[in-house]
Amino acid sequence: MLCDICGKNEATVHLTEIVNGEMTKMHLCEECAKKKGAEMEEHFGLSDLLAGLADLDIKLQPKLEREVKCPNCGLTYQDFKKIGRLGCGQCYSAFDKFLTPLIKRIHGSTQHAGKIPVKVPKLAKAVKSAKAADQLQALRAKLQRAIELEEFEEAAKIRDKIRSLEKKKR
Amino acid sequence: MKIEDLLKQTSEWMKGTGLHSDIVVSSRIRLARNLAKFPFSHWSSKKGKLQSLAIIKGAIENCPYLKKSTYIQIHDLNDLDKRFLVERHLMSMEHAVKQDSKALVFDDKEIVAIMINEEDHLRIQVMQSGFNLTEAWRLVNRIDTELSKNLGYAYSPKWGYLTACPTNVGTGLRASVMLHLPALVMTKQINRVLSVVSKLGIAIRGFYGEGTEAQGNFFQLSNQVTLGRAEDDLIDNLERIINQIVAREERARKMMLSSNREALNDRIWRAYGTLKSAYIITSAETIDLLSVIRLGVDLGIIKDIDRKLVNELFILTQPAHLQKIEARVLSATERDVKRAALIRRKIGGR
Repeated sequence: MLCDICGKNEATVHLTEIVNGEMTKMHLCEECAKKKGAEMEEHFGLSDLLAGLADLDIKLQPKLEREVKCPNCGLTYQDFKKIGRLGCGQCYSAFDKFLTPLIKRIHGSTQHAGKIPVKVPKLAKAVKSAKAADQLQALRAKLQRAIELEEFEEAAKIRDKIRSLEKKKR
Repeated sequence: MKIEDLLKQTSEWMKGTGLHSDIVVSSRIRLARNLAKFPFSHWSSKKGKLQSLAIIKGAIENCPYLKKSTYIQIHDLNDLDKRFLVERHLMSMEHAVKQDSKALVFDDKEIVAIMINEEDHLRIQVMQSGFNLTEAWRLVNRIDTELSKNLGYAYSPKWGYLTACPTNVGTGLRASVMLHLPALVMTKQINRVLSVVSKLGIAIRGFYGEGTEAQGNFFQLSNQVTLGRAEDDLIDNLERIINQIVAREERARKMMLSSNREALNDRIWRAYGTLKSAYIITSAETIDLLSVIRLGVDLGIIKDIDRKLVNELFILTQPAHLQKIEARVLSATERDVKRAALIRRKIGGR
């Protein structure tokens, strides 16, 4: 069959588009398919990127995604994939399993190591112990960066720090 | 303070002072925060947004660092005023759309700006002239701590400060620096520098931030990672990289001065001539020419203009600013004429 767009070449790409619940099928030749692909890329926002990243790690059934809901605000994981934003603070615990690999890809970590709000001193202890474990990880990353930036004096200092911490562990 | 009053002053960060201010135009730190008790702004009902707005307004009124600040409801502004505030970097373009229950707070020096109900409930921003992330962090940190005494932030020990978008979770901190890199662009080294920088986890954007192109040899560099490291660590990392880029730009400028002085002189004085004489000029051409002028001033080749004036011209020649100065809406052609007149007056005194 011939391409739907140019009507000249043989259609080798068969595209199914679902927009607002309506399904349309298109049959395109390679050239027109490439152009359409470039067009679609312009519409790709962060939500699609996040959704893409998320799917790389967990193969969720669409039904399951619709079922996983935040008990506080009602956002489903599928909503999150569409919008690219979460609904409320509690979404993070509701979707913890799915967010963990996604966030790990974005930030390279899944443990907060920064400022703690003044109202929660009790939590500070929990964070401190988690912090110690990640300290080595953080130092190793720092060492790598110092080497990349050719700051060898700094790198030597960090390397010594890592060695002393590793010694302490043993 | 009224919006019109802003026209009479130069924002603190535009003054062209501070460390390395020939290359580093300004430094900015932004913190993203949300209230625990409400859904994030985009997922909240109108009632919820108004409630969170009222609570945040109350906390801001009680904050000692924000005593001299102005509070504006976005839906009270017309299009021109909104664009004006975006041009001054007091708010993002996103904050100007879908305006219900959105507000903006800024201080009289335009150092602090807080967006309420943008992507997150609170986006606290501090800007400094030149290379000064440390000072910006000190101030924004204090404001955040003060506000947190009256607000219950959405926070978890594992994920840190909870934000609408996972790309901001953790510290919620975006540190950015606006760089002017004409020499690296002119000596065709810029792409190499930027590709190395992006491999080190730094985002590069244009003059207005997210989704904008690099114009006038301006580049905005910011951290991408916000989780897993402490705030000063993230800032330190960015500072190290910026220092390297500043050094490269300085070397490129020296090289241009020594190896091809005539070409450089020609480029600079032609730009000067055009700006002094044109009767019609677009904003795109203006930004490109002002960038060359700024280089000329930095290198001491142009002696009768100071950097503060060049920085001001960048801002005043923008569309909404021109219309605010004329106090009426202007068509594109009218703007191009008024722009040229303003520049002639400020540079040539004509």
